[in-house]
Amino acid sequence: MRHATKVAAVVAAAALGLAACGSSTPETPAASSAAGGTSAATGKKIVVGVAYGVGGRGDQSFNASAAAGLDKAKADLGIEYKEATQVNGESEAATEERLQQFVDAGATHVIGVGFAYAKAIGAVAKANPDVKFAIIDDASADSAGPNVAQLTFAEEQGSFLVGAAAALKSKTNQVGFVGGVATDLIKKFEAGYIAGAKAANPSVTVKSQYLSQPPDFSGFNDPAKGKTAAEGLYQGGADVVYHAAGGSGSGVFTAAKAAGALAIGVDSDQALTATPDVRDVILTSMIKKVDVAVYDFLKSGSEGKDITGNKVYDLKAGGVDYATTGGKVDDIKTKLDDYKAKIISGEITVPTAP
Amino acid sequence: MSTFNPRKALLGLAAPLLALLVAFLVTSAILLALGDPVVEVWQTILSWPRPRQLVQIVNGATVYYLSAVAVAVGFRMNLFNIGVDGQYRVAAFAGALFAGQAWFPGPLNVLLTLVVAMVAGGIWAGIAAYLKVKRGISEVISTIMLNAIATGVVQWLLLKVAVKQPGSNTISTPPIPESSQLDGLALIPGASNKVYTLIILAVVVGVAYWFFIGKTRFGFDLRATGQSETAAVASGVKVPRMVVSTLVISGALAGLIGMPLLFGQDHSYGTTFQAGLGFAGIGIALLGRNHPLGIAVAALLWSFLDVQSNALQIRAGVASEVVFIIQGVILFAVVIAYELIRRADVRLEQQRVARELAGTRSDAPSVEGASA
Repeated sequence: MRHATKVAAVVAAAALGLAACGSSTPETPAASSAAGGTSAATGKKIVVGVAYGVGGRGDQSFNASAAAGLDKAKADLGIEYKEATQVNGESEAATEERLQQFVDAGATHVIGVGFAYAKAIGAVAKANPDVKFAIIDDASADSAGPNVAQLTFAEEQGSFLVGAAAALKSKTNQVGFVGGVATDLIKKFEAGYIAGAKAANPSVTVKSQYLSQPPDFSGFNDPAKGKTAAEGLYQGGADVVYHAAGGSGSGVFTAAKAAGALAIGVDSDQALTATPDVRDVILTSMIKKVDVAVYDFLKSGSEGKDITGNKVYDLKAGGVDYATTGGKVDDIKTKLDDYKAKIISGEITVPTAP
Repeated sequence: MSTFNPRKALLGLAAPLLALLVAFLVTSAILLALGDPVVEVWQTILSWPRPRQLVQIVNGATVYYLSAVAVAVGFRMNLFNIGVDGQYRVAAFAGALFAGQAWFPGPLNVLLTLVVAMVAGGIWAGIAAYLKVKRGISEVISTIMLNAIATGVVQWLLLKVAVKQPGSNTISTPPIPESSQLDGLALIPGASNKVYTLIILAVVVGVAYWFFIGKTRFGFDLRATGQSETAAVASGVKVPRMVVSTLVISGALAGLIGMPLLFGQDHSYGTTFQAGLGFAGIGIALLGRNHPLGIAVAALLWSFLDVQSNALQIRAGVASEVVFIIQGVILFAVVIAYELIRRADVRLEQQRVARELAGTRSDAPSVEGASA
């Protein structure tokens, strides 16, 4: 029994350790922003609580983009904010509790970054009708309410463009895709990417790999898994890999660097946000302007014209785009812009499921 | 077992208290080293929870308790059912799917779902039991593998049966009918939320665990096999049969873990269903020393730390993962403390026996003289 106890302790502690690694939040100041002061412009005082998804502000990608919008709103509008990050695998009650605590702490606006907050936003919004809520990446009945803004994106359209870029740049005629977690949302990225690659070069092969299966969301924050998956794709002959894996993407970049190949970033312009030593392997990034959505929401709020209902940020609305930082896509820019125009005009309809 | 020994009871309490103290010191040291506000962190964690949070603590502990008992059943026989995690997910999925069909009315649907979940968990654990008895494969290895397989199987099946709402990025089984959703018990005054109705299930499981392990022939065989397999064989215990029944019971109990969540909160099994409960159960069973009441206290402590961690980011500006450090250190410290206490206990016992022996030897010749 004694021996048994020790083995079990090691296993249990290891599980805890893994959980901690899987969702460690980079140490960013989460406290409320510097002391109050009156807000700029119209003077409506906004205190916003931002609940990030797994990975948090420091994921260099999806959550980082939301944080950028928040920082801009703080600079321009003088809002106050408090932040918190989701713990991987937590219960629905814990998710709701986080949002409720923002309200308790005096938040006038609460933003749930990521679809994992859908049910919680719906429930907490109902319980606090005077507070305004926003959810990123969900437009379902779960989160809907008279005081809720559902901010969604046409990820497949942006992914189409980087898919075309990947196919045009590939010398091996094979490109790869690394998805963080096998959800419908990430499959939207995959679908657009494949469609774009095939549109630019019908003979190109696209191989896809997912890092985790829901309800395990560790795939959004596990660089080691991202690296292994990307290594497999590069060894299999791909020379450009697009990741839609949030914080795991840094592993994809490391693998690209080691393989002397190219990678495509996601959500943020990752040639600017990734660690400096891997930036040169980033061909382009599919920018999902979560920052614009967050900023819009807060700006409208500060003007007393709160956004409610579903608002879709697509190519036409400037909600998604491809990045040109680094100049690696300058030679194919006209082709990409041509696709962009065709998508905006409706000539090309991009599929949302692979 | 049955006689109360004050020294044992004191030593038994000393271990967890020592572990908590060590966890407090180690975590404080880590916070200090990282330059985080130590005082604020402890103020936040140790502040008295609001009524709403008390409910959350009880609810979280209910689920942890079921998980830890499932693990403890195996522990008592020296079996490591690391697969509780996979078993509860398979069972929660099967139960949610069954309940979602609404073949039976209200409460009957709930009861039958519990049976379905227990059967599903039991079958999943039965695979590991079969492999151990027939093929000699360690249950540690097979249950870990079965956890991974459970993830894949459940995901694959979930994609087949899932209902998808327009505009949603999450998928789940069809929601259970409203007549089977359990509203909860208003046990804590002033709270806006309610305690899971199925806390009753946890109580029943706790009592049954205490009774079957402590008071029945089966429980005796189980403990005997755990303490010495050879001795158990010699006294006529059929070990392979014990292995199979214990693992299957452990799996069946694991099947119940997700039920309070299913009926009291999520109402379906989907991508946001709570994960990792099986692993938490291992730690809680250890901390509670496999004792039905000890586990309850440990589960409440775990859940308390979980709930209190939520405010850490918002109030103290520290990542809530600090709580993982606390929980991890408590686990390590408690195992070390139990070992130290056990040694102290042995030493005290030896001294007592030596004293008595010395006493009887010198007393032997003149018994009457000594008493005078």
